[in-house]
Amino acid sequence: MTDLSYSDELICKILTETQTIAMVGASPKWERPSNFVLKYMLGKDYKVIPVNPGQVGKEILKQTVYGDLDSIPGKFDMVDIFRSSAAAGPIVDKAIELKDEKGIKIIWMQLGVQNDEAAAKAKAAGLTVIMDRCPKIEYGRLFNELGWCGVNTGVISSKRPATRR
Amino acid sequence: MSKEKTYGIETQAIHAGAHPDPVTGARNTPIYQTTSYVFENADHAADLFNLQTFGFIYSRITNPTVATLEERLATLEGGRAACCAGSGHAAQFLAFFTLLEPGDHFVASRNLYGGSLTQFGISFKRLGWNCTFVDPTDPNNFKEAITPKTKALFIEPLANPGGIVLDLEAISAVAKDASIPVIADNTMATPYLCKPFEWGIDLVTHSTTKFLAGHGTSMGGAVIESGKFDWNQNDKFPSMTTPDDAYHGLTFYETFGDFGFTMKARAVALRDFGPALSPTNAFNTITGIETLPIRMDRHVENAQKVAEFLINHKAVSWVSYAGLPDSPFHDLAKKYMPKGPGSVFTFGVKGGYEAGVKVVEGVNLFSHLANIGDTRSLIIHPASTTHRQLSEEQQIASGAGPDVLRLSVGLETADDLIRDLDEALNL
Ligand SMILES: Cc1ncc(COP(=O)(O)O)c(C=O)c1O
Repeated sequence: MTDLSYSDELICKILTETQTIAMVGASPKWERPSNFVLKYMLGKDYKVIPVNPGQVGKEILKQTVYGDLDSIPGKFDMVDIFRSSAAAGPIVDKAIELKDEKGIKIIWMQLGVQNDEAAAKAKAAGLTVIMDRCPKIEYGRLFNELGWCGVNTGVISSKRPATRR
Repeated sequence: MSKEKTYGIETQAIHAGAHPDPVTGARNTPIYQTTSYVFENADHAADLFNLQTFGFIYSRITNPTVATLEERLATLEGGRAACCAGSGHAAQFLAFFTLLEPGDHFVASRNLYGGSLTQFGISFKRLGWNCTFVDPTDPNNFKEAITPKTKALFIEPLANPGGIVLDLEAISAVAKDASIPVIADNTMATPYLCKPFEWGIDLVTHSTTKFLAGHGTSMGGAVIESGKFDWNQNDKFPSMTTPDDAYHGLTFYETFGDFGFTMKARAVALRDFGPALSPTNAFNTITGIETLPIRMDRHVENAQKVAEFLINHKAVSWVSYAGLPDSPFHDLAKKYMPKGPGSVFTFGVKGGYEAGVKVVEGVNLFSHLANIGDTRSLIIHPASTTHRQLSEEQQIASGAGPDVLRLSVGLETADDLIRDLDEALNL
């Protein structure tokens, strides 16, 4: 079984160092989870680029949508996958191919998304992989917001907490 | 979940959910005695109302002091998230409103706090929620009462008024077979003595009024989710798995995952029915919980001494305390609550109803009142008080017959408590 536990330190480092996220599977519908995460991450000053072949050229939350990772013009640090575990395979292959050109360092698969084979390939290519997590929930958890709605963050500390990255 | 240090329950009881205030550095949790919170701008307000970002709107729904208590309770139980309410009964309402549709059914242990028997059997029925009560000491009884409409089982692992400990693993297995959750009211044991989630329970409710707050000062309640129940495994829980009209088509389980139940309980049931916990009561409860581990150890130690005294008293016909070796629940207690089976239990006096009344009127240190889980020792005669609404047959079935007295043994000197009872029994 793949170890899906990640240290708070690792997640914190990823969320602190990442500037630009390509979100594959971003939905234009406000009530979809991907749209929630997109909006939240924009609010935390990340640049988030929606990727959705059905919405090419349109905007989601004022961000231009691209059809695939190749067509995104600039660089991006992270690929956040909001697709099925099976669909994550080819997306990761593409990210490995583009990693130097686009500066990709992190593959992040959303809650419920896990593709061990793709993860092994990405790791072998020098990428950091997170699976079955949501960056919004992790940001909220580590930067002291998630407890506001009664969620167990697992964070115990006598230090004044940072409230933003 | 994360590769982090783990902490003991004593540390969790003091620290979980409570960080120094990021702005002032205040070390203790402030009482945020405010109804409402200023938005950063109109967009932020819209995000909050749509549940798209974390934050505070209005203290009927969330409040920072209450949130500290919620995270602490979720941590102590080893659960994913918690939602507090103004009382234990309100928390039970939030749990069932989130689970049930009109016409649905649940199966409950018949050995429950009397108020819960009335809430489930009479008041819930008016909302179209039907409850069947069963003898919980045989887990098979739950199985036999399950119908296609059944959406949950409800139990008290350590039952009020006294002495009964249930086989949590066996009851969880019945629920798992039926693909429905088990709700455990863990008020009597507290997470210090018993951890229902470790035995397959899916939701825990509390009356924090009792041992958690611990000092008889503050009403409160909570519902806590394990985060492990798969609401998508069947179509029994549309409130979790289908778009919600109250939020323009948001689907709670899909959006919030393993804390979706808590979000739904808060964003719909708590928001629309309004039984919010006050910040001051949350503060009192947080403070109480900090000493929960040492208080529970002493509660158990005193209860054991008092029970051993009573079992040998000539005016006493029986004592139902699972800490006594002869109790039929002694082995279950050893398994599910190895640090001791709480401090609330019942005993029978020779001479029935009149003799019972004489004892509650004869004590001088025990307080005659309708509560449990105070630092003070408490006594009540359930048949004439908490269980008065029930028929004599129901009273006997729920362990509250005419000769029954219930104690909640407090933290006073054990010898003083024993002398007080001895004097009242010898009157
Ligand atoms: C086991 C148990 N559950 C629930 C309740 C109800 O809680 P509250 O009085 O906080 O509404 C009580 C109260 O006595 C109780 O003892």
